[in-house]
Amino acid sequence: MSIEEGVDLKKRRFLTVGTAVVGAIGAGFAAVPFIASWNPSERAKALGAPEEADITNLEPGALLRVKWRGKVCWVVNRTEQNIADLKTLTDKLADPNSEVPQQPPYAQNETRSIKPEYAVLVGICTHLGCSPTYRPEVAPADLGDDWKGGFFCPCHGSSFDLAGRVYKAVPAPTNLVVPPHQYLSENVILIGVDGGAV
Amino acid sequence: MSLMTWIDDRFPATKVWNEHLAQYYAPKNMNFWYFFGSLAMLVLVNQIVTGVWLAMMYKPSAADAFASVEYIMRDVDYGWLIRYMHSTGASAFFLVVYFHMFRALIYGSYQKPRELLWIIGVLIYLAMMATAFMGYLLPWGQMSYWGAQVIVNLFAAFPFGIGEPLSIWIRGDYVISDATLNRFFALHFLLPFVLAALVFLHIVALHKVGSNNPDGVDIKKVKDENGIPRDGIAFHPYYTVKDSVGVGVFLIFFTGVIFFWPDFGGLFLEPPNFEPANPLKTPEHIAPVWYFTPFYAMLRAVPPMFSSQFPGVIVMFAAILILFFVPWLDRSPVKSIRYKGMLSKIAIAIFVVTFVVLAWLGMQSSTPAKTLLAQIFTAIYFAFFLLMPFYTKMEKTKPVPERVTS
Repeated sequence: MSIEEGVDLKKRRFLTVGTAVVGAIGAGFAAVPFIASWNPSERAKALGAPEEADITNLEPGALLRVKWRGKVCWVVNRTEQNIADLKTLTDKLADPNSEVPQQPPYAQNETRSIKPEYAVLVGICTHLGCSPTYRPEVAPADLGDDWKGGFFCPCHGSSFDLAGRVYKAVPAPTNLVVPPHQYLSENVILIGVDGGAV
Repeated sequence: MSLMTWIDDRFPATKVWNEHLAQYYAPKNMNFWYFFGSLAMLVLVNQIVTGVWLAMMYKPSAADAFASVEYIMRDVDYGWLIRYMHSTGASAFFLVVYFHMFRALIYGSYQKPRELLWIIGVLIYLAMMATAFMGYLLPWGQMSYWGAQVIVNLFAAFPFGIGEPLSIWIRGDYVISDATLNRFFALHFLLPFVLAALVFLHIVALHKVGSNNPDGVDIKKVKDENGIPRDGIAFHPYYTVKDSVGVGVFLIFFTGVIFFWPDFGGLFLEPPNFEPANPLKTPEHIAPVWYFTPFYAMLRAVPPMFSSQFPGVIVMFAAILILFFVPWLDRSPVKSIRYKGMLSKIAIAIFVVTFVVLAWLGMQSSTPAKTLLAQIFTAIYFAFFLLMPFYTKMEKTKPVPERVTS
């Protein structure tokens, strides 16, 4: 006589599978706190507050670095010549009209800025997050005769113009990000909050 | 009753000793390339011991990390030695494992019945890469910081809107920060124990199927009257003694680097890492440590497609994951390169050159010419694997002897 005789194997199997499934769901819920604890803490989120940039002493051609959400942000005072040069680069750029939403709507224009002379950009390459180098000089030896000033990423060789627009055939896929920003006064920019178009 | 009998009645000490050492029969013709498995274990032990000691003096916070490494180097008795053993050990680990993997490739050590042994080995390699990557952030120098920034951003390239949240979740912040450093330290401490567990499984699998050898001959086919392979010799004492000579030679080179050339000309300790991490400024030239550079070169070689750098990330991970499939890509009836045809020999030679050239390219700053070169060699790297089913099948192989050759 088998020991299995008189045992409802179907019921046993149902209970075994049922127990295993309930246990697995429980383990899934128990994993939530451990996974969620890796999210940015409340402190890290609070440090993402907007940041003011005072551009009173920013001369034409100069660049100011500001830290927002731990990331470097640039404010560049472009010269008349720089602004004129932006229009000549269209053929060489991947997204000259800024169609990919890498900027707030009020910065989707020829200079990607609120005021033509001031570029406000997140200084982090859209490829893999290095901070590109500011190369305002025209036609330097290493970047070629066609270089009209811009940003060059030392990590993987991506290049951007002075409006943060990415050149064709470089590793970076999109233009540099224009952070939400607004002018609090003539010479103070608040980075991190939209003020709408000025 | 002897002490040993008392123990053996309660714990299989003698049984394990015999099965895995004194009566584990390894082929008698194992050559130079067979030193690197045991050397890899030696280096793993070195990394764990020196790593635990460093953890006693290191502080895993953005404010203190860089200074605590300098404290170890300057103020702790022999701190410099322990740190250099650890930093040199990391490079030595990859070097011996690359030799170990090359050995498996040329002698077909991944072929049936050793597929699972090979797969566990690839998992070990992946765990090593994760451990090394997280460890590299800990000194909190410029290269630590920007290297981690680039690698974590690889995950941000994932499409369907999951990339960005995923990378923020890994960092615990919007950029590499104190939170990232703290968790990487914890994981860098944990992973070596995972690694040790995988090494244990690797050896369990090895001892189930037995060691391959340079002839790729199955020594279990010819046994003497006692059931012992005629071409096998006991691992202990024969190979334990032989390996100890290998260890001696290895230590001459290893300690030579530790004492006289610990930065290895910027390859083991990179110059920008002597400068504290600065989130506002990327160094002029960044490159990962040498053992990651072949994959880094492949990442850079792929241009963005569809406004995304994801294809490059896929190529880089594919370059590693393709290793899992090698046992099924090789269709040759023979294991060892000694009996394979000319095509396999040419392929493996080109592959070695390709790996070295990619490693070199990954250290250089990118120029259009070098990017083109990287693209060509990336294609060759994949061709070595993807064409393997064809060239191993169509070439004429030599007859394999019954017994191992001396």
